[in-house]
This record gives sequence, structure tokens and C-alpha cells, in this order.
Amino acid sequence: MGGGGGPVIPDFGQGDSCVRGDHTFCWSWVHEHWSDTLGPALWEHVELTAIAVVIGFAIAFPLALLAHRYRRLEPPLGTVSALLYTIPSIALFQILVPFTGITWTSVEIALVAYTLVILFPNIVAGLRSAPEDVIEAARGMGLTRRQVLLRIELPLALPAIVAGLRIAVVSTVSIGTIAAFLLPKGLGYPIFVALANPTPFKTEIYAAGGLAVALALACDAMLVGLRRVLAPWSKLERA
Amino acid sequence: MIVASAFVDTFRFVADNPGFLATKALEQVELSAAALGIALALALPLGVVLGHVHRGSFVAIGASIVGRALPILVLIGVFLTVLGIGFVNNMVALAVLGTGPILTNTYEGVDRVDRDVVEAARGMGMTPLQILKAVELPLALPLLFTGLQVAAVTIVATAPVASVAGGGGLGDIIVNQASYRLSGVLAASVCVMALSAAVYLGLAGLQRAVTPRGLRRTSVGTVPIRKEQL
Repeated sequence: MGGGGGPVIPDFGQGDSCVRGDHTFCWSWVHEHWSDTLGPALWEHVELTAIAVVIGFAIAFPLALLAHRYRRLEPPLGTVSALLYTIPSIALFQILVPFTGITWTSVEIALVAYTLVILFPNIVAGLRSAPEDVIEAARGMGLTRRQVLLRIELPLALPAIVAGLRIAVVSTVSIGTIAAFLLPKGLGYPIFVALANPTPFKTEIYAAGGLAVALALACDAMLVGLRRVLAPWSKLERA
Repeated sequence: MIVASAFVDTFRFVADNPGFLATKALEQVELSAAALGIALALALPLGVVLGHVHRGSFVAIGASIVGRALPILVLIGVFLTVLGIGFVNNMVALAVLGTGPILTNTYEGVDRVDRDVVEAARGMGMTPLQILKAVELPLALPLLFTGLQVAAVTIVATAPVASVAGGGGLGDIIVNQASYRLSGVLAASVCVMALSAAVYLGLAGLQRAVTPRGLRRTSVGTVPIRKEQL
């Protein structure tokens, strides 16, 4: 079926009896289209998510440090990020097109914006979580402001930062599926393709959807592991 | 240049089609309210009961994590194969989205009520049901409302995706740039944002109204989504 490398619209007239009859789930289809549809989509999705979270973190972290240092900055930055959250993702992808075109860049700008909404407040909250008397004690010992930040506030903020990263990564995987509305990339694309059929092709929806959920949960588990390594003192507080 | 003209066009779209936008907004409110209603009916009693008996934290906390990992597009696609295209499918998919935050925050709210307070109430001869009604629920209100706000804003802001599966609502304009142009997409998006903000502020007001006066000081204002994040 199909060709040209891109994901293929399943053709009910071809394939084995399972595919032709659109049965609940056809392993044969998954097997046959792993290399031309599902595999590349999964890889694109990983790329999409990784780029967005890395850039998002690179922007959110200095902003959070600034907001922590100059407390007056927090309310305006917080409001802007809360407002961003209410923009429907399916719209934001399109709104960016006049500026950056139907490109990978548009998709990433939107995804980065959503990660900021999550990362910024979490990092700020983490930096604030150091108990007042601990900081007093450090100051009393003669630590400079920078030393307090590097040796006390940042290490104590680690659990909250990782918590923010978990939500950011999982949400990005999730919103990333909608990016396929704009660009034929990622795990959302096979789903949109399947939905475009007069009778949605079940196997394709289940396979791509299952991969997206599995990817999100795997990333989440990896970050939980990362926190155990980085901040072994933080008892695994719930959620 | 682009920004300015897009701005003007968007205003023009709103001015030319106020009735149309209002109809679509109303559809979206119906869809979102139905989804939120289902999520509430499922998650609220479960969260209250689990929190009251201090059991099942795994389920209550896991619900948010798993819930977040379920993309709306996947939910819509999967339910579509079971429920067919249209309102019911989208309502159920959006309801799943709202269940996680409500369940987790309700559970946490009730579970974290100071044990000493509960003991004192028991010492005064209150029955478990009375304790739940008069002590635990009022004290859990701030978190409970945070969960409700997160769920409501998420549902309203995500509902436009439902239009890829015949959903109705402002999403019908947003996913159909070919017919409504970018100005329509922008106008509908602004409406969605206004709806989300209105829902958020409305619930904040409701929370203030139902919180007993003695507790008002303790309910600190919260940014949406923050509680769920920590």
C-alpha cells in the first residue's frame, strides 16, 4: 500500500483479512508498517519532545532565577504563563504560521511556550522551598548570596524542578500529537490519517495512541529515576 | 505589519459574526459542562471516600499521572471507534481529561486534613459522616476547588480539538482555517481564552462564596495548574 516513504492511508481493500475487515487490532498491520509509519513517527515524536523541553528549560531556568532574585517580577511572569495555558494548542500551532510558516519551528515555538507555563512556576516554587532558618544559618556562616543559591537553594529545589520536568515532558508528548494537525510529523499524524477515513482505521489509532501513552509514561519513569540519582535525600513524595 | 493586519481582521471577524461566535461558544460551554459534570460525578465521591479512609493513594495520585499521559487526540480517536463520531465521544474523552486533577486534589484535600482536628471532632462525639460533612470537607475545599479549576480550564481549553471528530463548539472554527481564515481562527481562540479565564475566575468566586468565613484566610489564592504540579 501507498509509498513515497510517508505514512500511508490504510486501504481496506488490501492487506490480510484482519486489515480488510478493520478488526479491533491487527498485529500484522503494525508489523508491516512499523518501518514506514510507526517507527519514524515515534522517533519524530521523541525529537519533538526533547527539543521543546530542552529549549523550554533553557528559557525557564534563568527566568525563574530572575524571578527568585527580584520577587517583583514573579506576578507578571506568572500571569503571562497562566494566560498562555488557556490558548488552545490546536489554534496556537496555526497562529504561528504567518510568522514562521508550516514548519518544525512553528511547532516547537508552541510546544516550548507550553513547557514554560509548567516549568517556570515549578522552578520558582522549588527555589522558594528552602527553609528560612537554613538560609539564615548559611548567611550567618558567611556564605555570599551566590553561594547560598548554589549550595543551598538549588540543591533543595531539585525535587520540585524534576517534578516540573515530569509534567512538562508528559504534557509535551501529549500536546505533540496535536502538532500533526499542522505538520505531518509525530505520533499524532497516523491518528489524524486514520480519523480522516470514512471509517476510522482502528489498528492505526490504537497503535499510534498506545505508543504515545507508552512514550509519556516511559519518560515519566525515567525522570523519577533521575531524581533518585540527583536528589537521593528526597523521599519519594507522592505525585 | 502581519500582526497589525491580523489584529484588525480578527476584530472585524468578531464584529461581523457576533451571533455565530456566541452560538459556537454556547456549544462549547455545553460540551465542556457535560464533560466536567461526568468527571465530577466520577472523581469527587471517589476522592472524598478514599481521602476519608486514607487509603488508595496509589489510585488517587496515579490518576493524575496516567491522566496527563493520555493525549486528548488519542482519547478522541479511541472513543471514536467505540462510541462513533459526535458529542458523546467528545464528552467522554474530555471527561477523562478532567477526572485526574479532580480525583487527586479531592483525595489530597481530604487526606491531609489535620488528624488532631479529626480526633477532636471524634472526641466531641461526632459520627464519621458528621466529621466528613462538618470538618473534613470544609477544610478540603481550597484543594478541591483547585482540582476543579484545573479540570475546568483544561477541558474548556482542550475542547477545540474535539472538532476533528465532529465536536461542535469554537473548535469548528479553529480547525477549519480554510473556511474562516486566520482571522476566524484567532477570533475563536480569543473566545476560548476568554471562556477559560471566565471559568477560572467564576470558580474562584464560587470558592470564596462557599468557604466558611472562619477559613477564608487560609485559602491562599492559587495559580491554575500549580497544585497539581507539586
